[in-house]
Order: sequence, then structure tokens, then C-alpha cells
Amino acid sequence: MKLVTSPRDHLAAVKAQIREASAAEVAEALESERAPLLIDVRERDEFEQGFIPGAVHVPRGLLESRIESVVTDRDRPLAIYCAGGSRSAYAARTLLELGYTDVVSMSGGFSGWKQNGRPWKVPQVLSSAQYERYSRHVLVPEVGERGQLKLLDSKVLLIGAGGLGSPAALYLAAAGVGTIGVIDADTVDVSNLQRQIVHTTDRVGMPKVDSAELTMRALNPDVTVVKYTERLTSENVLAVITGYDVIVDGTDNFPTRYLLNDASLVAGIPVVHGSIYQFEGSVTVYKPYEGPCYRCQYPEPPPPELAPSCAEGGVLGVLPGVVGTLQATEAIKLLLGIGAPLVGRQLRYDALEMEFVELKMHRDPKCPVCSKQPGEIEFIDYEQFCALPSRALQAPQEAIA
Amino acid sequence: MPPILRQAVGGAREVEASGSNVREVLDDLTGRFPSIRGHLLDDGGDLNRFVNIYVNNEDVRLGAGLDTPVAADSTVIVLPAMAGGAV
Repeated sequence: MKLVTSPRDHLAAVKAQIREASAAEVAEALESERAPLLIDVRERDEFEQGFIPGAVHVPRGLLESRIESVVTDRDRPLAIYCAGGSRSAYAARTLLELGYTDVVSMSGGFSGWKQNGRPWKVPQVLSSAQYERYSRHVLVPEVGERGQLKLLDSKVLLIGAGGLGSPAALYLAAAGVGTIGVIDADTVDVSNLQRQIVHTTDRVGMPKVDSAELTMRALNPDVTVVKYTERLTSENVLAVITGYDVIVDGTDNFPTRYLLNDASLVAGIPVVHGSIYQFEGSVTVYKPYEGPCYRCQYPEPPPPELAPSCAEGGVLGVLPGVVGTLQATEAIKLLLGIGAPLVGRQLRYDALEMEFVELKMHRDPKCPVCSKQPGEIEFIDYEQFCALPSRALQAPQEAIA
Repeated sequence: MPPILRQAVGGAREVEASGSNVREVLDDLTGRFPSIRGHLLDDGGDLNRFVNIYVNNEDVRLGAGLDTPVAADSTVIVLPAMAGGAV
């Protein structure tokens, strides 16, 4: 093969086909109404040393395969930079060939930008071990490295380490949710193991929060587990839930459901609600003041004879697996701010019929709780509200699923 | 029918009932299965506050309530609050 042109001539020929802009021009454009999206096409190790705030990192080698998921509008203004202005020129020509219409290559690159004293910062990045562990997340455009970093920085509270809390704990830990709180006052019982897969046979008798921590930490050491070996009460609820981004509710009793609802409105934390009975389950998201709350949906709890627990009525072991996994899905979506969460919608699942039905729910403008501002909401006596004396006489009420 | 009331209607997951609105449908149903009336309606004949009725998957409580019209092929779902979790 005959060399028809030198690399230098080739670069010059490419630059003749594209538009270049100086660092000063790009900086000015960034302040304008039609601000370009900055795309950093350097290699990962270069990007990790520092980048221009707001830039999206798409290495030159992945440009063709990644760009469509990053920039869907081909007329969006784009400013491409590399270290010195050569690779960005090649990248700009590729983007023009792919149909992007408003592309400039920043001459002088990141080095020039820095030398001019313009702002840059060191990006928050996944460690190489994390990059490998979460690679299947990083590959999904809606999550990506940025989303994974967000998950690692997120806090989710699990109310209950039982049937629903088990799959939620496993998947949230696997997903790299950085802090997972677990509140449960119970110990592992052998009858739990038919469905509560976060626990194991050799941990019968161990506090559920300790068992859940062992499993989650074994699955993913990135996760910090915060344990609360207590029941949720009007006295401790705000101290427990404050600071969490999302709450996954897997309780089995009405007083805790109503207490959690009222407290989450005060604290402004979305609750991913799950409930199960025999072969049927239900999932919804109560997002404070955006959709209905639990009290809009059920202004009052049913009398005890109409609300048997799973201890009384039984449950197919795999049912909470499905429902708790749906809850974990909704929690991750809320943390990442992606997709359409189940706000104002209730998903019903019937395992026997293998049928999902979506029900629409409405916010009650006269709701005794969410029609009030957070500061006006007062906690009530939930045990009395739920009128459970008959059951309380029979056996101490188990607090958590 | 919710699992908790199925025994009272002969174990059926779905039952047919007639009426042009929710009230008439429930009257027809509770006429045939009197034991479930107290579960669905209070002494004044209003819908209990722990039960929701969905006509074609839409909650009727904050709409026309028991006066919500029901067409011949409508599906009416009865759903009391469920507590569980699984102890």
C-alpha cells in the first residue's frame, strides 16, 4: 500500500472540512442561549485527571456507537474537545458524517482551556473495581457512570427485613445503593425462610437486621448498612427516616403503614409501598404532595376480621419476591429520576391468574393528612386509630413483615 | 372479588352482577350474598372507608362514588386495604 498523504496533511485536510472554535469562543458560546453540549472525547485516564464542568465523556473510540444515546437531536450545538485539538477534529468530522449539523472542534483542547485559566474540575468517577462491578449499569444510557455514582451516593430505608424487604435488600445492595437502612425488631424464625431469602437457616434466632446486613455486605461491600433493631413509633419515626432519599415499605400492619405515611409527608420522602396476601400483591409509590397518599386511598383501616395478616392467611413464598423486586425497581427509578414511577397508579399482581392490572388512584383534596402542609401534620395514636385491641389481646402484634 | 371475600361468594374470583351504577351493582351482589354487605357498606349505605371500588380500573371514591355509572361490560373491582407484608 502506498502512503498517499502524511498524518499532518491528513489532519489539515480534516480540519478544512470542519469548524474550529477557540477556547474563548467556546466559553462565550457556553454563556449564550444556544449553549453547546461539551463532549470530551479523550481516553478515560485523561478525563479522570480533570474535565470541563458540564462536559459529557464519550471516548473517541466509542463515539460512533455511543453518540446517539447521548445526543438525540442532530441539530443540537456540540463543542468537541480532546487534549490538544486533533482527536476532536477527527471526532467532529465523524459527527458531521453522522448527520450532526452544528459541531465545532475546540482548538487547543483541554490543555489550552486550562492554560487560559478557565474553570475545570476533577470528575467524580467509579474506581476500576466499581467500574467492573457495575459495568452492566454503566452500559445502560439511562444509568451510566453518572447514575451509578448517584446510586452509590443514595440512601434507601427498608421498613422490615421480611418477605418484601428481602428481595428489595438484595437487589438494592447489588445495585450499589450506597446506604441501606433496615428497621426490624424481629429475629429470624424458621418459618420465615420459605420466602425471606435475605436470611439463612444457620441464622435462625439472629436479629433480622444483623442477618440482612451479613447478606448484603457479602453481596456488595460497597454498601453501608444502618441497622435499627426497634419498631417504628410516633416518637422515633422522624429521627429514623430523616436523611433517606426513598423508603421501601414492607410492613405487615396498619398502624405502621399509617404512621409511615404521615411521617413521610412531614419529611418529604417518597414511599414505595408493597403489600401481599396469599397469591395477590400490590405496589404503588406515594410521592408526597405529587400523588395520592395512603390516607387518600384508604381513609380508614379495615376492622381486624377483614385484614388478616400473612401469618393468619398464608402467602405463596415467591409472591413477595415479585412484589419486593418491583418495589426495588421503583426505588431505583426514583433515585435516578428516570422513567415513570407508580405515582397515582397501583399495580396489582395476581400470581394464580398471572395477571397484572393497573388501577388509577386520585389525590383527595380533603385528605385529613396531605391536604395539610408538612408543618401542620400531627401524629395520632395509630394503634387506637386502627382499633386493634382484639388482636392485641390474643398475641403481641408483630410489627414488621 | 378480593381474596378475603371470596369464600362468602362461593369461592369465585369473579361474579356477575347487574345494575346501571355501582350502588345498584352492590345491591344486587349483597342481595345474593348478604354476609358481605357489612364489609362493603356502612350502616348508612355508604362505601366503607377501608374499601375501594374501581370501575374499569378507576377509583370511584373521589368521583361520583356509588353513583358512578356501570356499563354492561364494565369490570368492577372491590379492594379492601391489605396490611401484609409477611410476618
